[in-house]
Amino acid sequence: MSKIHVTTTVNGDEVEFLADPRESLLDCLRDHLGLTGSKEGCGTGDCGACSVTLDGTLVCSCLVLGVEAEGRQVATIEGMAEGNELHPLQRKFLEHAALQCGFCTPGILVAAKALLEKTPDPTETEVRYWLAGNLCRCTGYDKIIRAVLDAAAEMRQEAA
Amino acid sequence: MNYHTPSTFEDAARLAGAAGGVTRFLAGGTDVLVQMRAGMVLPDDLIDLKKIPGVHDIVQGADGGWRIGIAVPGAALGAHAALVADWPGVVEGMELVGSTQVQGRATLAGNLCNGSPAADSVPGLVAAGATVEITGPDGTRSAPVEEIPAGPGKTTLAPGELISAILLPPRGKAGGDAYLRFIPRTEMDIAVAGCAVNLRLEGDTIAEARVALGAVAPRIALAPDCAAAIIGTTLDEAALAALDAAARAACSPIDDKRGTVAFRTEVAGVLARRAAAIAYSRAKGE
Repeated sequence: MSKIHVTTTVNGDEVEFLADPRESLLDCLRDHLGLTGSKEGCGTGDCGACSVTLDGTLVCSCLVLGVEAEGRQVATIEGMAEGNELHPLQRKFLEHAALQCGFCTPGILVAAKALLEKTPDPTETEVRYWLAGNLCRCTGYDKIIRAVLDAAAEMRQEAA
Repeated sequence: MNYHTPSTFEDAARLAGAAGGVTRFLAGGTDVLVQMRAGMVLPDDLIDLKKIPGVHDIVQGADGGWRIGIAVPGAALGAHAALVADWPGVVEGMELVGSTQVQGRATLAGNLCNGSPAADSVPGLVAAGATVEITGPDGTRSAPVEEIPAGPGKTTLAPGELISAILLPPRGKAGGDAYLRFIPRTEMDIAVAGCAVNLRLEGDTIAEARVALGAVAPRIALAPDCAAAIIGTTLDEAALAALDAAARAACSPIDDKRGTVAFRTEVAGVLARRAAAIAYSRAKGE
């Protein structure tokens, strides 16, 4: 089985790795690039724990092959904070205690960030539908939704 | 597994025709990658179609018809205002497939070729009179969408053939379409019954109609008796009742934990009524 050399951009940095063509982008991020923030929950595109953006579009990295990332722009949870400065969504998740075990959190943060870039002022319903593909078995979702809405308000520089 | 990235559909067809083992085409991958992971399908050759020029494009022709590339994901369909204005029923069907993440990848062509009787994007395409352009080892042909499904998980495409574009006819004036499905929850589920209605008005009267039913038979299919029930009417209560009865008569569903035969049949009639009412009001520009 010959491996394929892949050059891609992850969180703004050009990276390269050797991928078995059957490996998912998630496996490549975790096993070849050491970016273990994206999680594998189901491996079948149901849970959203592996959410990343590919050329700006939110996708499940378990449903993308590593070799498909050639020449593309990948953004993962590792690129969300700026140095030690947390993204407003990350800060609001802590403030609202919008996580317990934390396994779903990276995927939900990446998905929520994609929502707010497209829709800076979402309704609660829009947030719930947008995040319907991100499963959380701990929180019951309410705190997550509140944290996203609060972060959106802060990013629009309004008080929630 | 050999991973191929052909730059033309002819090359893709040639690769598939020459491959001896299990072959899969890769567009959005939301079915193929799941099947690979589950070990249901272990391709010897995987042919990624996304490097072929034009596969990401939505193009309106001079006649007003649309050519949709086979790698255009649901999210891109929904973001295309002019396409949504012409064919809202087609787009809303596709947008019901999966989550936001799945919408970033899943395609009309993949939903069709996966062969599910419950595929949400297919009834809308059938009702719209959409066709597919098919490239194969012997050249290119086209076929109506309803001729592609051949039963659960199967298509009528010959070995080496692949869909190279989805073609929607010109919308024209006073037309409207709609798709509705029933699922036991509000999001992220597979249709228990679905119905798409596409119609064109002359004044207040329905001049032409096409109705397609999903998830209530082994194949998604046109229901000509449903169309006949509303053509020539103003979609009054008598027409809706006739449509309801025709939709129920066209059902031959499975009976499972997600919906009994009786339930799926009754719901198909209700969805036909409601989808027709939405298509009618869209045709009137309401």
